[in-house]
Amino acid sequence: MNLINFTDKGLYCPLGNFYIDPWKPVERAIITHAHSDHAYAGHKYYLCHHYTKPLLQLRLGDNNYESIEWGETITMNGVKVSLHPAGHIIGSSQIRIEYNGEVWVVSGDYKTEDDGISGKFEPIKCNTFITESTFGLPIYKWKPQKEIFENIINWISKNKETGKTSVLLAYSLGKAQRVLQNIKETTQTIFAHGAIFNTQQTLINAGWNLPEVVRITPETPKELLKGTVVIAPPSADASPWMKKFHPYSVGVCSGWMQVRGNVRRRNVDAGFALSDHADWEGLLQSIKATGAEKVFVTHGFQSAFSRYLNEENIAIAAEVKTEYGSEDEDAPKQEVDDTKNEQ
Amino acid sequence: MNEVEINNEESIVSQSGGLAMFAALVIQISSSTKTNDKLESLAEYFTLADDKDKVWVIAIFSGRRPRRIVSSTLLAEWCTALANIPSWLFLESYSTVGDLGETIALLLPDSAVKKNKGESLSYYLEKFIEIEKQDESVRKKFIIDSWQQMDHAERFVFNKLITGSFRIGVSQKMMVNALSKVIDLSSSVIAHRISGNWDPSTTLFSNLLSSEVVDVDHSKPYPFYLAYALEDEPETLGVPNEWQAEWKWDGIRGQLIKRNNELFVWSRGEELMTEKFPEYTILKDVLPDGIVLDGEIIPFKSSQVSPTGGDLEGAGKPLPFAVLQTRIGRKNITKKQLTEAPISFFAYDLLEFNYEDWREKTLLERREQLERIIPQDHAAIHLSEVIPFKEWNELSDIRKTSREMNSEGIMLKRKNSIYQVGRKRGDWWKWKIDALTIDCVMIYAQKGAGRRSNLYTAYTFAVKDGDQLIPFTRAYSGLTDKEFAQVDNFVKRNSLEKFGPVRTVKPELIFEIAFEGIAASNRHKSGVALRFPRMSRWRKDKKVDEINTLDDLKAMLKIYGK
Repeated sequence: MNLINFTDKGLYCPLGNFYIDPWKPVERAIITHAHSDHAYAGHKYYLCHHYTKPLLQLRLGDNNYESIEWGETITMNGVKVSLHPAGHIIGSSQIRIEYNGEVWVVSGDYKTEDDGISGKFEPIKCNTFITESTFGLPIYKWKPQKEIFENIINWISKNKETGKTSVLLAYSLGKAQRVLQNIKETTQTIFAHGAIFNTQQTLINAGWNLPEVVRITPETPKELLKGTVVIAPPSADASPWMKKFHPYSVGVCSGWMQVRGNVRRRNVDAGFALSDHADWEGLLQSIKATGAEKVFVTHGFQSAFSRYLNEENIAIAAEVKTEYGSEDEDAPKQEVDDTKNEQ
Repeated sequence: MNEVEINNEESIVSQSGGLAMFAALVIQISSSTKTNDKLESLAEYFTLADDKDKVWVIAIFSGRRPRRIVSSTLLAEWCTALANIPSWLFLESYSTVGDLGETIALLLPDSAVKKNKGESLSYYLEKFIEIEKQDESVRKKFIIDSWQQMDHAERFVFNKLITGSFRIGVSQKMMVNALSKVIDLSSSVIAHRISGNWDPSTTLFSNLLSSEVVDVDHSKPYPFYLAYALEDEPETLGVPNEWQAEWKWDGIRGQLIKRNNELFVWSRGEELMTEKFPEYTILKDVLPDGIVLDGEIIPFKSSQVSPTGGDLEGAGKPLPFAVLQTRIGRKNITKKQLTEAPISFFAYDLLEFNYEDWREKTLLERREQLERIIPQDHAAIHLSEVIPFKEWNELSDIRKTSREMNSEGIMLKRKNSIYQVGRKRGDWWKWKIDALTIDCVMIYAQKGAGRRSNLYTAYTFAVKDGDQLIPFTRAYSGLTDKEFAQVDNFVKRNSLEKFGPVRTVKPELIFEIAFEGIAASNRHKSGVALRFPRMSRWRKDKKVDEINTLDDLKAMLKIYGK
């Protein structure tokens, strides 16, 4: 029984008459998380986790939002729907769908390491699992975040010693909060690009205990920024906006930094392989833990990953084409311009 | 050595010395975007490292690596087994990373065995030499044991030492500059000392770069002086009278050395090529002793009358580079090659005369002496002629005939210039003729390597032949990073088929390909091979039915292919 069909509008549940993360306007949309390639504008009704709601409001404006708690079950046309933490960013959820004892889970984007703010990913027992594969190759093996942040903090203090500003590039929703949370001890004031300031402020207003950042404006004096830490979205890199920080050093926080070629292509001073997606082992362990006999593989290295699942008899796997994979790390090349609302 | 630096936490020695210190250097250099930072890192390394390791670093960054001890295939196989993955997944990973050494370092499981004792760089390199000829099982054991005692950075540089060049943007020039910061020798002396024939496993750092005059190996060439391309009009150079013009030959730049009655031929890549060109042997009896000539190694058939009375084809001027290519890379030269692609040396500069370094003399003086040395009417050596001209526009007309001379354009050298080291602006310019171009469509794409890993940046192009598309060349360069990203995006969305790493794409994107020469080739379906093809323009204004045809290519072959 197909609880989900893959349509040209998105993942559709015909029995419950709703979509999950649709990329074309629909009546009912359940949203896994607030990244722009999963949360589109134009739907009539939105359902998401409580934490995601203010982020959708920030990014899409006012709409018919309904939000629920993790583990809470609601029924739509007799189909049981519940949300479970996906560990990707704040509010990110897997969607569990059950009908007549058959269970499907749509993971959205997920990561298996508990980063302390995005909720702890929990594998859900199911018959069919729909997984992402952004980092679905064995070359992607993440170090524990503690180790990565030690490196980042060392890098910051080295820059400080030489009088340089540390500019850390991190996606404004997700990576930026995670980075801020872990480097807040290193410096008194952290400066941020407007896109990050907005997201951070929205979350703080929603009750999150996150570090405050100071918004950089055209009036911010240059001397004030010397030797400090600045968090900016990737699109700010090499833009005139950066001139103010001279002398500075640029570090990118992204899973793509695992491969040297990407660091060199970005022409940055440091690359930190810090990702909000599961690495190869994370993907495999999660899939095994769901006990799913069938797996659909979406955006990323879907061909290689599904072939591996089939050959190793981990599950019967197939690749699925979606429109996901254009915000945050899903898009290593054509990075999304999330500064467009700024300046 | 300076104690302060040793205690400095950020210093590369704190990485426990040995291979780890070299790995830290490589990573620092490859992640740094500024030449000056790279220079500093190198200089720091040359201050702090062990002498033996320093000699090896100089050797490695000047292309003197020990011979490869295992094939890439075997390395990949061993890694695949250790990582416990199917071999197709190894290949998939490799095509994403774009670098074999790095792919292996990423795939090897975290080591459970205890860490190495910080063995030096020279330990590993000398071990390579020691086991090079030993049984495969010995080499395999050494490599796997080493892997298991290394961290990621060490594994990466270790693999690079085995598999190939580092490509981290360390030029010979940069290394020389770094050395000149830490030892008391001028950079031109350093450049000379580290060139030529020396064995890093037996050479002491103190001998290689001592400040006293040492008994220098008599095969040693001088560093080449290289010209920049002239981008402005020649009028910007000033008075024509101050300049000497010569043809720019399309061969291999080389130095011909005769010292102690022995002859040596070096290529610009500092490869000793004496054996490859037996034609030159006879020059030992013709040239004076204690000289170094700078010139071009080119295939050339002397102007002579054939037995039937007519001119031999191609007689009296250099043959195309493709003819030379039939000989490079071959171990043994056949009689047939010697008759079909005879080699001559076109001398244009004199760097040493009578065992004296003449590089500080003016070109005028050097040239005068050169003309006295080079014999006339000798098949194996020619004086590269000076093109007489009075006005720039006169020279400009002469330049237009370059292709007929099988030349790439004109060299302009200031008459009072000294012979410098490396690529320098000001006194020497190459004024090349405009490239040939053809419009064609991209039909295949493959991922690139290095900083282009995981991006489709290597393309195959086709011309039209009736309603068929005939592939005729590949090109990897000429686009900006932004354009590459756009093409990459197109490839990912418009793939028709996959053959291993190659994707067939919808024939839609039109490019103008520029190239320096064209030759007949029976290895290619199109029947032609291009020299230095690159994408000169993305013709977004053109459609696939407006591209050039196979007949156009053949017509070019007819005009320029000889």
